[in-house]
Amino acid sequence: MTKALLTPIRIQAIGRNTFTELVRQKVFYFLLIFGLIVIGNSAFLAKFSFQEEFQMLKDVSLGAMSVFLSLLAILATATLLPRDLEDRTIFTILSKPVPRYEYLLGKLLGVVILLTASTLVMGLLFLGVLFLRENMALAETRLSLGGSPLELAAALAEIKKAAFSWDLIPAMAILLVKGILLASLTLLVSTFATSGIFAILVSASAYFIGHLQVSAREYWLSGIGVHWWTRIFTAFVALLFPDLQAFNLSDDIVAGIALPIGLFFQTTMLGAVYTAVYYAIACFVFESREL
Amino acid sequence: MSGLLSLRRNLIAILMLAVAGAVLLPWQRELQRKAQSAHFRTALLNITLREQIGQSGFLAALSGFRAPLAAFLWIDAHSAWEKTEWGRMTGLFNTVTTLQPHTLLYWDIAAWHMAWNASAAALQDTKQQSEVLRERARRQYIDLGRDFLERGIRNNPDNYLLYERLGILLRDKVEDHSGAADAFAKAASFPDAPNYIGRFAAYEMAKVPGREREAYERLLNLYREGKKQWVPSLLAKIRELEKKLNIPLDHRIPVSGTIGAGATNSSRSR
Repeated sequence: MTKALLTPIRIQAIGRNTFTELVRQKVFYFLLIFGLIVIGNSAFLAKFSFQEEFQMLKDVSLGAMSVFLSLLAILATATLLPRDLEDRTIFTILSKPVPRYEYLLGKLLGVVILLTASTLVMGLLFLGVLFLRENMALAETRLSLGGSPLELAAALAEIKKAAFSWDLIPAMAILLVKGILLASLTLLVSTFATSGIFAILVSASAYFIGHLQVSAREYWLSGIGVHWWTRIFTAFVALLFPDLQAFNLSDDIVAGIALPIGLFFQTTMLGAVYTAVYYAIACFVFESREL
Repeated sequence: MSGLLSLRRNLIAILMLAVAGAVLLPWQRELQRKAQSAHFRTALLNITLREQIGQSGFLAALSGFRAPLAAFLWIDAHSAWEKTEWGRMTGLFNTVTTLQPHTLLYWDIAAWHMAWNASAAALQDTKQQSEVLRERARRQYIDLGRDFLERGIRNNPDNYLLYERLGILLRDKVEDHSGAADAFAKAASFPDAPNYIGRFAAYEMAKVPGREREAYERLLNLYREGKKQWVPSLLAKIRELEKKLNIPLDHRIPVSGTIGAGATNSSRSR
């Protein structure tokens, strides 16, 4: 009888424990800050026109979601392995018949659950506030606007058009994909990192460099020969870092650009492939690491 | 010995990363091309913007926070408006529209502030004694407003809104009726444009010497669209042009509002 390559029960158990561990660290407190940003922002923006208010509510809320998810992905993942090493939990787990790749997958699963739950809560909060403000604007318009029913209908349609758009859902999904990618990248860094701080610093640097990867890549591939070392450096950035700009679609979605379904799926697939690649390399590094 | 092994392991890991990066490179480029053809990732983050928003702002823009940064700068521009700091507003509007070139609202309101509010304030500027200079400043602000709309249109050519706003600006602030008519006509050509924009195009055309016949034809076409277009201003303008162009009586629209014989013939021949 051949042994299964992956044991879902074991991975689930490690994932669940990781999630519980992260929740016990009160990481969800950041949701309070997110709530304050969204609700406070909305109250502050009441002095603007409804189009401006909705525009900025969407800009700031999705921006805040992006910040929190990226921070959460890096900070939560970077501390997982060092903490397990420090309190020796890792030895208890790995002394049982748990392969190291399953241990890492379980850890990643725990962070993915955390990120998904956070995205859901933040998304619901944001959409709830948007819905509330939209209804307030509709009620105010109905009360204040005399004139023909045709004019009123046009004004109400304008408000609805400025508020909710279905494209906000894939925009949030792509933020989650980016968060999972960052978690996987941080997991890779933490497999050879000597401390949590080192993993955080390297992952945060990779985050910023990843956003510049597209410039380095295009510069390298354009073949502009300034200095040979410049070309080597840009090639290094282009090949070793992910193209994080590919996941920054929410900036344009909130501007009203319709997201083609093909682009959404391809971006999601790219995120999934990056995540798988980082996880695979993390397994390779961790497998031969002396504990 | 273990140090050497660890170095070897890390080098292999880096090599694996590089190979994966090389394999994913064509996909990344293809995705970028697709995103740009769908109007995503087209904001121009260059050295000029870097000078406008400072290093930390530029870093934020590069890190995927273009939209929130634009929102914060927009709020700043609003504060500048409350203090009537027109120069600062212009700079902020330029930055915001560079950061978010596909947000129509930013182009629209920036143009409105410049062409209406700033231009009116320039004309009433008590610090400027010379009326000629005040008038010059007023025109400069109107030109700035027009520039915002024209740049907005270049970035968003597939939406009627900024063409409509340009038409309004040319009509009310520049009195370029021919230009206004063309802008309204372009706006009206979009399927989601409101009905009134088509009428605006014809009204402006009617004011241009030599384009009255074109305006008349356009108004008749709107008239034939049915009752949704039969507003008093449209009927009055048709009648005015019928007189001006000496349209034969049997080709004119009836006073009651139903379609005339000549118009009926034309509509039958459609």
